[in-house]
Amino acid sequence: MARMATTRRVVISTIGAWFFGFLIFFPILWMVLTSFKTELEAFAIPPSFLFFHWTTENYVTVQERSDYFHHALNSVIIAGGSTLIALLIAIPAAWSMAFSPTKRTKDILLWMLSTKMMPPVGVLVPIYLIYKSFGLLDSRIGLVFILCLGNLPIVIWMLFTYFKEIPRDILEAARMDGATIGRELVYVLTPMAIPGLASTMLLNLILAWNEAFWTLNLSTSNAAPLTTFIASYSSPEGLFWAKLSAASTLAIAPILVLGWFSQKQLVRGLTFGAVK
Amino acid sequence: MGQITLQDVQKSFGPVHIIKGADLEIADGSFVVFVGPSGCGKTTLLRLIAGLEDVSGGKILIDGKNVVDTPPAKRGLSMVFQSYALYPHMSVRGNIGFGLKMAGLSKDETNRKVEAAAATLNLTPYLDRKPRELSGGQRQRVAIGRAIVREPKAFLFDEPLSNLDAALRVQMRIEVTRLQKQLGTTAIYVTHDQVEAMTMADKIVVLNGGKIEQYGSPLELYEKPANLFVAGFIGSPKMNFVTGEHALQKGAATIGVRPEHLKIERDGAGGWQGTIAVAEHLGSDTFLYVDAGPFGMLTARYIGELSLHAGDRVSLVPDPARIHRFDAGGNAIRG
Ligand SMILES: Nc1ncnc2c1ncn2[C@@H]1O[C@H](COP(=O)(O)OP(=O)(O)O)[C@@H](O)[C@H]1O
Ligand SMILES: [Mg+2]
Repeated sequence: MARMATTRRVVISTIGAWFFGFLIFFPILWMVLTSFKTELEAFAIPPSFLFFHWTTENYVTVQERSDYFHHALNSVIIAGGSTLIALLIAIPAAWSMAFSPTKRTKDILLWMLSTKMMPPVGVLVPIYLIYKSFGLLDSRIGLVFILCLGNLPIVIWMLFTYFKEIPRDILEAARMDGATIGRELVYVLTPMAIPGLASTMLLNLILAWNEAFWTLNLSTSNAAPLTTFIASYSSPEGLFWAKLSAASTLAIAPILVLGWFSQKQLVRGLTFGAVK
Repeated sequence: MGQITLQDVQKSFGPVHIIKGADLEIADGSFVVFVGPSGCGKTTLLRLIAGLEDVSGGKILIDGKNVVDTPPAKRGLSMVFQSYALYPHMSVRGNIGFGLKMAGLSKDETNRKVEAAAATLNLTPYLDRKPRELSGGQRQRVAIGRAIVREPKAFLFDEPLSNLDAALRVQMRIEVTRLQKQLGTTAIYVTHDQVEAMTMADKIVVLNGGKIEQYGSPLELYEKPANLFVAGFIGSPKMNFVTGEHALQKGAATIGVRPEHLKIERDGAGGWQGTIAVAEHLGSDTFLYVDAGPFGMLTARYIGELSLHAGDRVSLVPDPARIHRFDAGGNAIRG
């Protein structure tokens, strides 16, 4: 009896999980489906789910009208570059705060996080003007810089939580075992920190890849990443749903593939190390 | 060799004075247990000896050499942590061999020693597993293996068994004692459990509030506790204390009698009379908790089964040769 009850509960929660999973995934599925429709069918009411005239003409048009690979390369440079620089700054910062905290460590962490509470649009005008006078508008370096600064608090915060989790006892055991600081770093600390570093890096890559506020406002063509590429299909000549969907699908494909292959690290990253 | 001497060792954390002057002689090859209530400074004292904390004053001599400025690895001691502190990303082999690798031993030599240590601890089948694939008892053994493989001058154990269940704890207790005797290496073992202390130690250090209350063999502490604290801490169930007129008659501020030294008489007129509040029948022993009016609650132990129950009146007669007397300052009165 009790056993049947648990079986039923498992079945119900499995169905529930699939249902909600599907619900969350649906917009992406719909986008992919729409990208294979003609513009007319994309608008059709009632919409057809699977039984429409499948076509790849949207992809062809998109590639003809704008250079996908140019934007994709920009995205890789901007997301990759900003992540790399953020990590280079954040690792020592989080390290020192985790392993030799002072009375002010908590305050500094909170202060860093507080900068994320300010809406970016609040500083758009000053940043725009600064970028203009430094000639950073529509430059990759400019975007790398602003995204790096924008994500730095979160990167430091995440790494801090990971480093904090490394038990002091283990470091002391290594000291008792005769490891010098350098060897302790190489043989004990780094291997233990790698999962945390990996998930922080992945999460930051995704955040930077999809960042749209600064990239849209500070770039036009030269340095424009995929977010700008998508946006260019939504405004000037009215909405073209099917082409917009094709562009979006192309834009998220690389990061989706990356995410798929690194699911495990990502889950760890998103739960801030709560799952061991 | 592993003779350890403490001379007036002090430790403060900021303004807080934690270790208030410890003097101790630990003979080579002996098994010494630091015991005391939680927070009394046992771990701190052990970490001072290990070199993981710096002393605020005093000397620590290992084989006659003052080591207070020597880094932990150079003191030739190895430590087993309460949390085991195994390297999670290394196999059992890697964990046990890490110290040897750091010391620059060759691969063959390291492997030979690791395998010998693993064999001693019945870990051979698990050499290639990661710590997370081991049970609590096995992890404990890996931690011990890591300590013995380096052939240190002394082992330092910080409550190594406290994370194990009761049955395993008793078994490991015996294994650790046997291993130490077999290797003949000096061991300092920290615990808050006086039973562990009594069963494992050659000599016990009773700590309280950062001070050494008494240093002696288990039987010395049992038979001649130096003060009220030691008398109450060592022995289970706890010693009974009686104050007031009855103690004054014996020329003491407080007298103490262990539960096993109270003779239980059903309807005696002498001794300390009272009513049984709780009777515990274990088969092997009977424990009586007796409400003895002016003498307070007294505990009596009888070896074997005694058919007495709550509500029965009894009289408890202390064995005159086994009465401990203490002065107003709590120190034992001898003679
Ligand atoms: N690093 C430290 N900083 C400040 N106080 C400490 C530190 N380590 C231990 N203490 C204090 O020292 C006292 C003794 O601690 P400890 O040696 O761990 O006790 P035990 O092991 O006997 O339970 C405790 O009151 C504890 O709060
Ligand atoms: Mg402790």
